[in-house]
Amino acid sequence: MKYVSLVLISHSYEIVSGLKKLLNQVQPEVSVAIAGGVEGDIGTNALDIKEAIESVYSEKGVVVLFDLGSALINAEMAIEMLENNENIIIADAPLVEGAYAAVVEAGLGSSIEEVVRAGESAKELVKIND
Amino acid sequence: MTFDVEQAKKWIITFNDKIQENKEYLTELDQAIGDGDHGLNMARGFQETVKKITEGKYDDLGSLFKDVGMTLIAKVGGASGPLYGTAFMKASLALKGKKEVDIKALVEALAASLDGLKVRGKAQVGDKTMIDVWEPVIEYMKNRETIHSKELTDLSKEKMDGTKELEAKKGRAAYLGKRSIGHIDPGAASSYLLFASLAELFEEGEVAQ
Repeated sequence: MKYVSLVLISHSYEIVSGLKKLLNQVQPEVSVAIAGGVEGDIGTNALDIKEAIESVYSEKGVVVLFDLGSALINAEMAIEMLENNENIIIADAPLVEGAYAAVVEAGLGSSIEEVVRAGESAKELVKIND
Repeated sequence: MTFDVEQAKKWIITFNDKIQENKEYLTELDQAIGDGDHGLNMARGFQETVKKITEGKYDDLGSLFKDVGMTLIAKVGGASGPLYGTAFMKASLALKGKKEVDIKALVEALAASLDGLKVRGKAQVGDKTMIDVWEPVIEYMKNRETIHSKELTDLSKEKMDGTKELEAKKGRAAYLGKRSIGHIDPGAASSYLLFASLAELFEEGEVAQ
């Protein structure tokens, strides 16, 4: 694959499902997979995250973005469970703004390190000037 | 005393009974300092686990605990799923192929669970988490010639109560900072129930290592 892929994780299915729509509109070429909720309830699940990563796996890399606390624990667990877990990085970034910055960067054909950096730089984003 | 598949099942079933009885209580604790899902998550996860292991046939402790761990990882939405899941997966590796073990080997397996929990949750004693119960309880079991059922229960309870005075450093409760003081940690509370259930297996009072 030409581009780094993204995986979005949230405790809420609706959050990542909506965010994926937004990202697809911005950069339709970049593969985005989601893992949100557990069996229709709020939560995250390592097995769903593992499947999401596998569904968009790219040799160029997969960047994982998450919302809160236990999503990180489950993301780490999912990556350990994968047989091939080369080139998968969890970004320390706010989910919406981070994913937006990451998908734009990924769409330029950038490396996984550049995509992670773009996502994480969203932490310093100033949204209202003056 | 030896610990075999039947006793391991009994441990999990007793723990599930206690979780179901205390579902509301665990939820209240979690509503105070977390996201309010601990009771429901644990109740759902362990109900599924008990269903799985009572239907399943197991030749060894390792495969039983593997099923427990995987069910928790798959069914529990909050941090308790991967954490309790990791604990049982680590124990399953230590008990792989073992039909029955002595208490010393069981304690060694639980020590491996504790190591796994600390890595997975990146928590230490004093962070107001389940580790505040697990670490002293494992230390107690490691260092005694005999394990007294009541001592094990009392120590777990004391350590659970001790989390009340701590400020949370991990999980959703850490967002509250000092406001988390004065509340028992929900993960410590469910861990107390886990060890109290184990202590019930040693009902004759004490167990030689």
